[in-house]
Amino acid sequence: MQVPTMLEIKNLHVSVGERKILNGLSLTVKAGEVAAIMGPNGTGKSTLAYVIAGREGYEVEGEVLLDGENIFELDPNERAAKGLFLAFQYPVEIPGVATMTFLKAALNAQRSARGEAELQTPDFMKRVKEAANKLGVTQDMLRRPLNSGFSGGEKKRMEILQMALLGPRFAILDETDSGLDIDALRVVSDGVNALRSSERGFLVITHYQRLLDYIKPDTVHVMAQGRIMKTGGPELALELERHGYKEYIGEAA
Amino acid sequence: MEARAAADLALELSFKAMKEKGAPALRESAWQAFLRKGLPNKRVESWHYTDLRGALRSIAPLAEASQPAPSLKRNGEALRLVILDGAFRADMSDVAAAPGEVAIQSLRDALAEGDAEVMKALAPQGAATEDSVVALNAALMQDGVVIRIRAGAHVERSLQIETLTSGATAQSVFTRSLVLVGEGASACIEENYRALAPSGAQENSVLILSVGASAKVEHIVHVEPQSDDGVRVTSLLTKLQERASLDSLCMIEGGGLLRRQIFAELAGEYARVGFDGASLLRGKSHADTTLVIDHAAPNGKSREKFRTILDGESMGVFQGKVIVRPGAQKTDGGMQSKALLLSDGASMNNKPELEIFADDVVCGHGATCGRLDADQIFYLEARGLPRHEAEALLLEGFASEALDAISDDAMRDRLAERVRVWLAEREARR
Repeated sequence: MQVPTMLEIKNLHVSVGERKILNGLSLTVKAGEVAAIMGPNGTGKSTLAYVIAGREGYEVEGEVLLDGENIFELDPNERAAKGLFLAFQYPVEIPGVATMTFLKAALNAQRSARGEAELQTPDFMKRVKEAANKLGVTQDMLRRPLNSGFSGGEKKRMEILQMALLGPRFAILDETDSGLDIDALRVVSDGVNALRSSERGFLVITHYQRLLDYIKPDTVHVMAQGRIMKTGGPELALELERHGYKEYIGEAA
Repeated sequence: MEARAAADLALELSFKAMKEKGAPALRESAWQAFLRKGLPNKRVESWHYTDLRGALRSIAPLAEASQPAPSLKRNGEALRLVILDGAFRADMSDVAAAPGEVAIQSLRDALAEGDAEVMKALAPQGAATEDSVVALNAALMQDGVVIRIRAGAHVERSLQIETLTSGATAQSVFTRSLVLVGEGASACIEENYRALAPSGAQENSVLILSVGASAKVEHIVHVEPQSDDGVRVTSLLTKLQERASLDSLCMIEGGGLLRRQIFAELAGEYARVGFDGASLLRGKSHADTTLVIDHAAPNGKSREKFRTILDGESMGVFQGKVIVRPGAQKTDGGMQSKALLLSDGASMNNKPELEIFADDVVCGHGATCGRLDADQIFYLEARGLPRHEAEALLLEGFASEALDAISDDAMRDRLAERVRVWLAEREARR
């Protein structure tokens, strides 16, 4: 049986003003696949994540299909309701907005956009509690305003908690390993691995091979100069760890 | 010039009428103090952003107490004290329900009685003596409520002073209330300002709050929306003795011209104050919060946290001055004012000031003014919230930061609900 394609990026060009960031990037991720994108700093990895999620401020050409549907016509919240999730490299602090209030608003906004009934409070609380326990998210963190005063590790755990609650079809993890110590890395990776399923795809963006020891990718893509330079299996990540990105950066020079 | 003369004449007529109503010496000296400066215009530094003289070109006649008592909805469980159209209304108030350690009388009765402690406390003091509007209030005070809380008393129920106007036509209202909190006592004082009819009232109200040594007071003010031609100045004059503590919070819903001024003197060592405020402004609202915190003794602590949301063509003003007197060592002061502008036509003036005459103090201030944060909006959108919901959540969060200090959940919820209503109205107008 053929595995369906979940995310398909076709010849994506992105620029901000005069500056070209993505330069004809194409990539396909199948259902159940964990695809890793590795690349040097400043090569447009985070831009790729933002553009897929629908952030404003970019001039964009090309197509991004989620389950065969072009999502470029959709607002970010509509993309989220279709099952797209972005775990931010730098989760935003929102003082004044209680974490629980935010979680409930996000969950119910997505449910109502899909025509599903809103979750009642007891059911919602139960789900949060379960997910929080698994990720070592304390009650104290849940009581605080969203991400306010959280350490880097706490913010990343909160991202994965949100992912677990929202149960996306396709998740993009943007440098989720940055700012994590080994213990936190393990907790976060376990959280991601628990969500792996044949019904869900992942795009894991990282600078270091380290994360891929914990979240084992099916495919590895080397990104440099705004496009995918090479595609392979997990062995490609190890090769990069040994030789660095020189050969891919040098190509343009 | 002619309009100005007409206003001065009208005020003089009001003074002549009120001079006969008790406390002639206090009124006369206050009137003289007022005459030296007159109604403030923009040339008066502390009134630079609010032209009160311009707004009061035409002075409305003094309010007259009349009418049978209108029926009022209750706000929570507080013990209610009603001042309607410039007159204390015993018939609408819960005076009889007050606990034994709380003595309540109308200002009118207190002036007739002339108790020395009350008369002394009613006179302007500290930095407020410089303000001609506070002086005018003392000269023209019509009525108010005088509350004395016995030393050591722990008053369970909040005491709510409701200042209401009901007239169908514009009227001037001058109320002056006094709360004396005895040593070691604790209480919650609420103030609620509301117009029962959209009449363009001109209101000048003063609350004098004297907090005895080691006493603890929570003070919550809610200024409900007023009509576009309304003019309101509310002044809080407070003085804290040693180890006294005051948490004062004000929520302002705009309309017309509004100025809230706070004059706080930390007279005793280890006194602490917290002033917070949330203002929601739209249309052509003009709302000015001006405060002077005077650290006169060592080891005092003051915190101010103000949040203003401005829409339409509204204008906000925040002026905060923290004074640290010579010898007021180890003062710890922190002031913060943040404003969010939702429209191109709205504007905000932030003016924090520190005057420090002691060398061992920690004082800081911060003032920001800007738009909703694009990163925050995108974050919420990426989690599935439509843009307008994302904005509403951020605005609610922004305003509620100033409400966090309220200890009573029901009261905080009540004010938070007002924020939600305001935001829903904004959404409905779009």
